[in-house]
Amino acid sequence: MAIPISYNLRNIQQRPVATLTTAVGVGLTVSIFIGALALAAGFRAALVSTGSPDNAIVLRKGADSEISSGVTRDAVNIIRSHPGVAIGPDGRPLATADVVVVVNKPRLGFKGSSNVTVRGVDPSSVSVRANVSVLPGGRAFTPGTDEVMVGRRVASRFAGCAVGDKVVLQDRSFTVVGHFTTGGSAFESEIWGDAAVLGPAVGREGVFQTATFRMKDPARFDALKAELERDPRLQIQLKREHDFYAEQSELFVGLITGIGVFITLIMAIGAVFGAANTMYATIGSRTREIATLLVLGFRPGSILLSFLIESVFICLLGGVIGCLLALPINGIATSTTNFQSFSEVGFAFAVTPEALMSGMVFSLLLGLVGGFFPARRAAKQVPARALRGE
Amino acid sequence: MGLLGLVLVNLGRNKRRTILTTASVMVGVFLFCTLGGVLDTLQESIKAGSMSRLVTRNKISLIFPLPIAYRDRIAAIPGVKRVGISNWFGGQDPKDPRNFFAQFAVDDEYFAVYRPDVEIVEASAPQVQTGVPEGTDPKLAAFFQEQTACVVGRKLMEKNHWTLGQTISLSGTIYPGDWNYTIRAVYRAKNKSFGEETMLFRFKYLDERGMQGSSQVGIYVLELSDPDRAPEVAKTVDAMFLNSSAATLTESEQAFQAGFVSMYGNVPFVLRVIGLAIVFAILLVAANTMMTAFRERTAEIGVLKTLGFQDGTVFGLVLAEAAIITLGGGAAGALLAKFVIEGTGFNFGGFMPPMTVYWGTVLTGTGIAFLMGAASGLLPAWRAAHLRIVDALRRVD
Repeated sequence: MAIPISYNLRNIQQRPVATLTTAVGVGLTVSIFIGALALAAGFRAALVSTGSPDNAIVLRKGADSEISSGVTRDAVNIIRSHPGVAIGPDGRPLATADVVVVVNKPRLGFKGSSNVTVRGVDPSSVSVRANVSVLPGGRAFTPGTDEVMVGRRVASRFAGCAVGDKVVLQDRSFTVVGHFTTGGSAFESEIWGDAAVLGPAVGREGVFQTATFRMKDPARFDALKAELERDPRLQIQLKREHDFYAEQSELFVGLITGIGVFITLIMAIGAVFGAANTMYATIGSRTREIATLLVLGFRPGSILLSFLIESVFICLLGGVIGCLLALPINGIATSTTNFQSFSEVGFAFAVTPEALMSGMVFSLLLGLVGGFFPARRAAKQVPARALRGE
Repeated sequence: MGLLGLVLVNLGRNKRRTILTTASVMVGVFLFCTLGGVLDTLQESIKAGSMSRLVTRNKISLIFPLPIAYRDRIAAIPGVKRVGISNWFGGQDPKDPRNFFAQFAVDDEYFAVYRPDVEIVEASAPQVQTGVPEGTDPKLAAFFQEQTACVVGRKLMEKNHWTLGQTISLSGTIYPGDWNYTIRAVYRAKNKSFGEETMLFRFKYLDERGMQGSSQVGIYVLELSDPDRAPEVAKTVDAMFLNSSAATLTESEQAFQAGFVSMYGNVPFVLRVIGLAIVFAILLVAANTMMTAFRERTAEIGVLKTLGFQDGTVFGLVLAEAAIITLGGGAAGALLAKFVIEGTGFNFGGFMPPMTVYWGTVLTGTGIAFLMGAASGLLPAWRAAHLRIVDALRRVD
């Protein structure tokens, strides 16, 4: 017969301080675990949302990032006139050829500097990239002029990016005329201007870094890819924009996940020891009680299960505390250099339901591992001896 | 029996609890010191750069090149002894793109500039006996005779199981195509922070094959005849090119390295927050143990007091027990971090110098654990000191 769960609940009520300290210890471990997952998820989300599944990106064969890529104007023209490219309402192909460079800028409010991506786009094809909207108080850059607009996340992290400030490239300076947002994607960490003006300013005439176009039929991507990559005039590789940006996040996500798992595993060892200590103490102070239960006819298996449940319960409580501790970090903006694009990407921590779920499962495991040995000890004791007080 | 003996016997009474608590403190401090080690390593990577060498890069950012014509103009500035060239190559291992390591195309002068930092430990014999460029290691003779030769760091050699004279190939990401190199020498870093996982090859090879002879330079490294004149020389260089097609930014090699560390953004802050959470978790574990120990021994404390132990002594006894556990666990964890982490030589895939844990961090970790012990023991110790004998002895468990 199983021991009623109310027995465990009353036990826990008996030692609120010990229960709470153990639970908070587990909670801290769980919150760091969730925090690492949220960091990786936020970064990934920013990059993945940058790419649209309907778009394809053209890079030079062998290039692994935009800045190391180069596509000639001739190649861009061949691609633009390809029947696989969708046509906009104005009758022009929905394609943009970008000049992408990296500029070192001082941080706002901190010491040091970091790199920002500057992208020259084709102003007639801004619609290739959905959700670009200019924030109030500014406007989009005027094509053909020395004007740029600055992504929301750049504006909040780097000096000299307010509306009216100048961004200097080589010997030309560009005026910031507005800030823009793209729904949280990595484009918000960039500065945009007209490729036709930016390109020559940075000595990139007749060559672009990448070209991006809307596919007429995204389902035919594989055939399109095969055809364009085979064309000897182009020497390019074609990727789904979505896949490309997901790849760009791999290195960082891998690193953060690795570090997170390392920290969490080690902290978990400490938390398991803590839980075990508490359970041993609980069982130690209830030796006679447990013996009585055995004498009454409860099976050792029921005792084991009962204490395991108690331990799991304490740790689940810790899991809830951990989730509550981790929740406030959701949405906090942070940034790091993505070494794949060699520039800083701003993003927000994303505490996803999956992360919270993983945290709870993790706390459950801590309870099982930490509670098993003490519970087994309780189940294995000899009633006569315990009752005699030995 | 001395008082210390009494404390030790108490610790030995519930061995499992003492061991579990010590172990969890140890684990916590290990982690604390490991995270501290990451910060130390960032610090170390800043120190990798010398204060007396200068680096000149394009003012806009590192990805923009500088004209080769700047070399002679910089070299002519008084106070500049040598000027070396270094270009990031960014090649990938064609068999395993994840097998990342840094490759730089460097000119002959570069080896003279960095001679104090690297030692050639192994080198192929030259085809013909010829001299080497002034200031460079004579062991590099074979390297200088071959366009496609490369010099490889000792650790990189071991990691990839390469041998001297072997041909290796890379696929270029910035400079397209497959590139083959012959390993002609192996270097050891005399200065730990220089790193031994880098491959260096000839700028001429890159220039002729990858840039059609346009000789675009990534960075210039300047060796100075008088390090004290560094700030002055840096200013002169930048002023010279201010109105040229490519303006420059010249800074000490150390500041150049610090620029990379600055790119990590908030990472050091995040590590500090995690470190604090860990410390707090340790405190909880230790406090819990001490409370339990105290509760179990209430009657005993009553007996001690009956025997004439003063309140202060009882206070000290309980506190000492906590301190010994946390100090022992803390010191063990901190030392473990120092030796295990440094022993693995982990270096973040070559992005940073091998992990270092400063002695300062080891001391901080141990000190924090000790303070945690004191803090966790305070409440039980205070309670023990203020316990009335009657209450202690009357208590029924």
